[in-house]
Amino acid sequence: MALVEVQRISKSYGALQVLTDVSLDVAKGEVVALIGRSGSGKSTLLRCINGLEPIQAGAIRIDGVQVNDPTTNLRKLRQEVGIVFQSFNLFPHLSVSDNITLAPRVVKNQPPEAARELAREVLRRVGLEDKLDAFPAQLSGGQQQRVAIARSLAMRPKVMLFDEVTSALDPELTGEVLKVLESVAREGMTMILVTHEMGFARRFGSRAVFMHEGRIHEEGRAAAMLAEPKTLELQTFLNAVLH
Amino acid sequence: MIRTFSYVDVMYLVAAARWTLALTSTAFVGSALLGFLFAIARISPIAPLRWLVAALVYIVQGTPLLVWLFMIFFGLPLVGVSVNPWLAAAVAFSVYGSAFLGEIWRGALVSIAKTQWEAGASLGLSTFQQLRYVIVPQSIRIAIPPTVGFLVQLIKNTSLAATIGLVELTREGQLTAAGTYKPFAVYITVASIYFVLCFPLTQWSRSLERKFDGAR
Repeated sequence: MALVEVQRISKSYGALQVLTDVSLDVAKGEVVALIGRSGSGKSTLLRCINGLEPIQAGAIRIDGVQVNDPTTNLRKLRQEVGIVFQSFNLFPHLSVSDNITLAPRVVKNQPPEAARELAREVLRRVGLEDKLDAFPAQLSGGQQQRVAIARSLAMRPKVMLFDEVTSALDPELTGEVLKVLESVAREGMTMILVTHEMGFARRFGSRAVFMHEGRIHEEGRAAAMLAEPKTLELQTFLNAVLH
Repeated sequence: MIRTFSYVDVMYLVAAARWTLALTSTAFVGSALLGFLFAIARISPIAPLRWLVAALVYIVQGTPLLVWLFMIFFGLPLVGVSVNPWLAAAVAFSVYGSAFLGEIWRGALVSIAKTQWEAGASLGLSTFQQLRYVIVPQSIRIAIPPTVGFLVQLIKNTSLAATIGLVELTREGQLTAAGTYKPFAVYITVASIYFVLCFPLTQWSRSLERKFDGAR
């Protein structure tokens, strides 16, 4: 059984149809790259998966638990689905350590000392152990995004969603974030990434999914699909982003 | 018999100012408790609750405080509820204050980006935990300067309680003026005492504004 099952979902904002009949299965350990133009629905799909956006039709299941079921405990589910946003969304009033330990402490009731130890461990994984007591405003964009990834890792999620996590960064800072993503992928994390980093998608994506006008237009093994796009739309898109 | 306006009268006025402060404190606590509930209700997902509280806020903001004071003090006894001036003033000022503080705080809460709520929700925090740990702490810095500004207004507005016979600073001034027949000297003293109470707060509010504007 797939870890993430998206079955024929549709979503609209009023009259605007954003997702139409989208289905996607992601197995444990897979790294799926969602690519496509802005407005193609890829970020929305990601936000539907952890229940930030409601859907109008279809079903989404994470490890067998249905997301779009009013009786589902979304809070519990979200502890298992990490998400990292384009704009980091760190809590500016809290130190790096508190950003990371807030949810383990108040949601999982971990004692402060154990939580701080956990913060140290996840910061080590993103290479920022020395920033434990810094505040977000004192960090560069790349460092903030790495803290955001660490914050998400601290919940030990089963799957992680990445929403254009390098798009808000200066080009010279994207490398350090991609490096962290690579190491998370290598550790076997199941990942779904909305990304414009085709190089990353090609090297680490087990699969690529090209979205176009709210539908999955083409999907396949990442390297093959990006090297030899079958549809005209994907060709056009790749030409536009690669040059 | 007309007496002179002396040092003793000034001391009486200063002593009466403590009732001004007592009324201000009571009203502020009442306003804060009610106002916080109003602010939360105004951002709650339950639409009828939002409308109800919004209507209440608009009604209170659109009517004079003096009329509320009279309504409670003179009106309630007519329906069999007896109220002393203190209670009437405390209730009237709390209702009045909650409408304003509620709006100030609602503004502070909604000024926090929606993405902060989302970040909290995505980590599994409940709505209450998002408020408690993420939204409220960030709103406080925004809310403090206008809250202190409101407190200054409240101190001055408590003078209206003189009209229902509560002997605070202004009422004591009226009594002293009547006894000494030196209204100008008396009211200048009264005004000075209000100024001494309010001015430091105004300055504090300004400095807080500067401080929070500079930070982040």
